[in-house]
Amino acid sequence: MNGRQLITDAQNTWCPGCGNFTIQHTLKTILSEMEKEGTNLDDVVILSGIGCHAKIADYLNINSFYAIHGRAIPVASGIKCANKNLKVICCVGDGDAYAEGLDHLIFAAKRNIDITVIVHNNRVYGLTTGQYTPTSPLGFKGKSTPLGTLEYPLNPLELMLASGATYIARGYTRKMDLLKTLIRGAINHKGFAFIDVLQICATFFNMTDYYNAQIYELPTYDRSNASIACEKVKEWDYNNKAPISLGLFYQRTAPTFDEQFQHQMSVKSERYPIVKEFLALRQ
Amino acid sequence: MVQEVSILVGGKAGEGINSAGAIVAQLLNHSGYYTYMYYDYPSLIRGGHNFAIIRGSDRPVNIHRNFVDYVIALNQDTITQHKQRVGKRTINVFNSDVVRTEGQGISVNTILKSENAPAIMGNSAVIGAFAKASGISWDTVSDVFTRHMPKGADINLKVAKRGYDQVNTINTIKSIGSRRFSVLTGNEAIGIGLVAGGLTVYVSYPMTPSSSLLHFLAENTKKFGITVIHPENEISVILMALGFAYAGGRAAIGTSGGGFCLMTEGLSLAGMAEIPIILVVSQRTGPSTGLPTYTAQSDLHFILNAGQGEFPRFVVAPGDVQQAYYWSAVAMDVAWRYQVPACILADKTLSEGTFSIETEKISQAKFADLPLWDGKTPYFRYADTESGISPLAYPGTNGAVVKVNSYAHDKSGITAEESGIITQMTRKRMKKATVLADAMESYDTINIEGSSEAKTVLICWGSVLNTCREVALELNLKVIQPIVLSPFPVIRMNQALQGIKRKIVVEENVTGQLSALLRFNGITSDAMVLHYDGRPLTPDMLLNRLKEVGV
Ligand SMILES: Cc1ncc(C[n+]2csc(CCOP(=O)(O)OP(=O)(O)O)c2C)c(N)n1
Ligand code: SF4
Ligand SMILES: [Mg+2]
Repeated sequence: MNGRQLITDAQNTWCPGCGNFTIQHTLKTILSEMEKEGTNLDDVVILSGIGCHAKIADYLNINSFYAIHGRAIPVASGIKCANKNLKVICCVGDGDAYAEGLDHLIFAAKRNIDITVIVHNNRVYGLTTGQYTPTSPLGFKGKSTPLGTLEYPLNPLELMLASGATYIARGYTRKMDLLKTLIRGAINHKGFAFIDVLQICATFFNMTDYYNAQIYELPTYDRSNASIACEKVKEWDYNNKAPISLGLFYQRTAPTFDEQFQHQMSVKSERYPIVKEFLALRQ
Repeated sequence: MVQEVSILVGGKAGEGINSAGAIVAQLLNHSGYYTYMYYDYPSLIRGGHNFAIIRGSDRPVNIHRNFVDYVIALNQDTITQHKQRVGKRTINVFNSDVVRTEGQGISVNTILKSENAPAIMGNSAVIGAFAKASGISWDTVSDVFTRHMPKGADINLKVAKRGYDQVNTINTIKSIGSRRFSVLTGNEAIGIGLVAGGLTVYVSYPMTPSSSLLHFLAENTKKFGITVIHPENEISVILMALGFAYAGGRAAIGTSGGGFCLMTEGLSLAGMAEIPIILVVSQRTGPSTGLPTYTAQSDLHFILNAGQGEFPRFVVAPGDVQQAYYWSAVAMDVAWRYQVPACILADKTLSEGTFSIETEKISQAKFADLPLWDGKTPYFRYADTESGISPLAYPGTNGAVVKVNSYAHDKSGITAEESGIITQMTRKRMKKATVLADAMESYDTINIEGSSEAKTVLICWGSVLNTCREVALELNLKVIQPIVLSPFPVIRMNQALQGIKRKIVVEENVTGQLSALLRFNGITSDAMVLHYDGRPLTPDMLLNRLKEVGV
């Protein structure tokens, strides 16, 4: 059986050397593997915010909801609640998910809704040509902060741990095999899965040498142990020079929002008798 | 002769004035009257002065009048703050522990003590006393308490009986028949209208005066076969709902002006991505936080124009519960049939007022089959068609790649910037506006009431209908209420205005928003009556105001 053509005819406009290519390629590989294993790709939906990252919605030939800046995650939550059979994957930017739509990220983790969130964390606003984001290091000189930022970055992994995410990982676009394992694990995970992907922005914030020098893979430990996870997550604060661990930090099982939602859901097709019954009660 | 009675119930916030009023309304309902209840409360939880005015009549009434025949007073403010509403005929029934006045006083504390009942049941004692003073039979009281008290009817009835036995019948509210209406609020009517329209999920963040719709639907999910979600904010509300709709779920959302501000980016997304969504927006006094618990009609232009860019939208402003029920179901149908946002624009007076509905007389909306993808040709989410309406498919449909997009896009939903595609897709979206406007020709989008010969017309929208209706009856005028405000039914409006000499627009805002909308459609009004103190414009007020404009 021939698998589906996974890439659309849309013209690709990412810069040469952009880490988004890696993420797209990884997703493509995962999707075709899933298809071979029997998943109907018509049951997969990809969502994106607005930014360079978001173009992936145009490029992948699967169901997609190209949303607005910062708002892919609430849409994804609605889709998953409406149809639990769908695999829902959000590709969001760091400006997108950590600035404009941070509230939704936290609440999706808090609800443990069964979706996958992949943050294309290039630590810069790419599409708007180079401003700082919540994960840019202190003093970052972007177009809106020519004298350098005055704020420390936030550590998204620590935030996710505190918010209740049940799958927390960090990948890197120059480590494709690991990235694939992490995304695949996230899609298979039942619950809210979060992957911060250190994505190289070739044009506005190229951190390749820095990352290559600092990264290492997490050793084995009990992934359901939140204290160890917390320690590992805090090792690098997205600001100071420190070893940068990659891999799965934390995973546990917990009831998901959509599953409980489905239990609460009752569908009645014949509506007029219900209305009549209600009106009679008010007589 | 018109058979009519009005009762004022007042007390402190937290004393259950709303539920006491609802019971009084049911006492009138069980005596054969059409009823209406206005509920007035400041935005606080304890203290302050809350009151309800319940009006019963042998003809439909949907607004209160100034004069009241009975005052049920749970605090002194009820006596001192409403002097302009009472006359010689008015009878006071009151809690003599805290209120000094003339009339039928009972000691609520003594009654509660002897029944060992909690303070919140104090209302029942006074309602019992009122029932006796107004000659309502004990059977009726007992029936109403049993049917309409969610809990503790027994003990409440014991308390009520003591009140009942302590006073004399002064002036009888005659029973005028055994017919009973269904008594419900405007928000409840909207809720069951949505349910009739096939609602599957209601998403909302609390904001008065829309919250009671959220509470009503949340309480009744099992009964109605729906689900209710209250997410982190209004931005999430509209986007979650859009996710639902993309996946094929019929979603409605509810809010008031401030929350709607946060939804406008999502509204524009619905317009561009052509995702059906139903918004219930109930107006309160603005700008900003304004008067949370009071009414206004000042968001019409905001609703008509909210969201960047141009896209078709359906806006309907029901004036009473019959319209609210019917048009909420229609809004659901329109949103899905044309893949547009549909807005039900209400106001506090309609949302939180309680009205009688005649079950036999309500109209049921007709639903069209959805333009679903037939599965035979390759699927394009935004296929251009004669009507501009593209066949629908949901993710999870075999063989369909369903791509929706907030960017300008081609027929497959992929981002496009070429001028030809932009022109074509803009026209495609706007074709739906024309098709929708044409389809609306077969609906009663303009409500015409009052004298058919009259040369003077009161033009109004939303709940002000009820005041105009009553005044028109007294003064022999005509009333024209555009119910659908977008697409504006200009042909029907001009037809309705044929032969009219004088057009007076009556609305609850300071700039004359309906008047401006009419002007935009080539219709000029001769006078405006504008009212904007947060309180509903009552027939008594309107009669006075009309004198100022020479009617
Ligand atoms: C409400 C809103 N504000 C601002 C923008 C403009 N905008 C588009 S993309 C973007 C930032 C993108 O940064 P990020 O999410 O990190 O994505 P990247 O381009 O880096 O992949 C902004 C501010 C917008 N589209 N919508
Ligand atoms: S600007 Fe950066 S993130 Fe955007 S496409 Fe170019 S390299 Fe990639
Ligand atoms: Mg970025």
